[in-house]
Amino acid sequence: MTDLRKTVAIVGVDESDEIGKVPDKSNLTHHAEAAYNALEDAGMSIKDVNGLFTAGTSTLNLAEYLGIEPSFTDTTAVGGSSFIIHIAHAMAAINAGYCDVALVTHGEAGRSRRSRPGGDDADPGSQFETPYGFLGAPINYAMAARRYMHQYGEEYARQGMAEVAVATRKWAQLNPKAYMKDDMSFDDYHNSRWISEPFHLFDCCLVTDAGGAYVITSAERAKDAKKKPVWVLGAAESHDHNLISQMPDLTRTVAKNTGPAALERSGVTHDDIDLAMIYDSFTYTVLATLESLGFCGPGEAPDFVANQRTAPGGDFAMNTSGGGLSYTHSGMYGMFLVLEAVRQLRGECGDRQLDDPKLCLINGTGGSLSSTGTTVLAID
Amino acid sequence: MAYNKPIPVPQGESDVYWQKAKEHELWLRKCNSCDTAYFYPRDISPCCFSKDTDWIKASGKASLFTYGIVQRAPHPGFVDDVPFVTAIVELEEGPKMATNIVIDNPTFDNLQIGMDLEVVFEDITEELALPKFKPA
Repeated sequence: MTDLRKTVAIVGVDESDEIGKVPDKSNLTHHAEAAYNALEDAGMSIKDVNGLFTAGTSTLNLAEYLGIEPSFTDTTAVGGSSFIIHIAHAMAAINAGYCDVALVTHGEAGRSRRSRPGGDDADPGSQFETPYGFLGAPINYAMAARRYMHQYGEEYARQGMAEVAVATRKWAQLNPKAYMKDDMSFDDYHNSRWISEPFHLFDCCLVTDAGGAYVITSAERAKDAKKKPVWVLGAAESHDHNLISQMPDLTRTVAKNTGPAALERSGVTHDDIDLAMIYDSFTYTVLATLESLGFCGPGEAPDFVANQRTAPGGDFAMNTSGGGLSYTHSGMYGMFLVLEAVRQLRGECGDRQLDDPKLCLINGTGGSLSSTGTTVLAID
Repeated sequence: MAYNKPIPVPQGESDVYWQKAKEHELWLRKCNSCDTAYFYPRDISPCCFSKDTDWIKASGKASLFTYGIVQRAPHPGFVDDVPFVTAIVELEEGPKMATNIVIDNPTFDNLQIGMDLEVVFEDITEELALPKFKPA
């Protein structure tokens, strides 16, 4: 495979103007505001943009609003991981010369304009899952978490899930943009109401209104940007099922392939990583992902995250924004992993800033634990 | 009260499945190239990408592979059902399918992974019955 390390860089990131509960703004408004803000952060103009990427709406809809005529267009939509996978696609497109300044946007009024899950009548899910009440992520992901508990021990798994919820909340308390900043004790976690057992409320991500965007460009054009480039070292993507009932192994995501592949393409190892941004749709998603990526072995994640190891001050920095669990989660959260990764590498994170991080691994998970995109970002 | 949960809409590749379910029988597709039953029913097998496939009648026996106990209804049609059990079961023939477990008092204690189950059918409309499972 061609060595593409540091051929492209992320040069601008931002959220939409307001995130959290924003009842008067549509999905498209969040896309557009975030695009405006990310281009401002990059010091670039919409007229520079010739590659357009999104998920959740068509780039037709988006480009018309933005008033652009892209030479490369990509609506890869495989769930919340899509915006991580877009990094890889932009890297390929820019290196092939199809575009040189790519804009990737997300916008979802998940709280205020919640749409009922469901699909085309002809889809297998509409026939073989939704009639039984398999509607929405908390129910689908609970299948996997319960199986994990069966394989590795209920109390042991539960403690790992609690560690993740409590540690992530501590990071959110340091992020002014976070939605949930109240103290959360272990008792608060264990006493929170059931949503879909084995998931308590505090195992589940938020549902917010939010948009986000980033600008990714060639090494050459990155010189024009306002801030230091955040380099893409390597990336990988995959998926192995759509319906949760057809997932080959409920305790292993395809991060088992995309993690090692992204690290190899990046020329780095697990030990080199200063920050892990791990899609936390649920506490369980984090456990399964850390194992699948290879940060620890199968069944070892509850030990790996024990004693608040991933909290502020711990020795494994993870989800420093407060994550989907406590900062924001509009529905397809992956975009926000990128925003935090870039800000940490640039040193822009205020009270939650890590000490001079150089390498960040991002892993997005989409669908019903169906797809993953892994990428490694670096700063000089 | 009228049935107000999502209703499956049989398609060309699944009409036999739903016709048999209405007769309270569970039928599966089987790949003749490798002699493996699979789910969900489709004309080309996922194991071998083969068009040499048959319909077979399943025994109706299964084991509990995993489950969740839904406490917060995801749709108005399920409000009167909570708590109810969503499950993935492993059929005796091999494939896994999503379903509900019909049980009076769903708890982690009385739903043991690996427990034996048997199919039951709920008639939901004049034309449709849903295969569900109960402890054997």
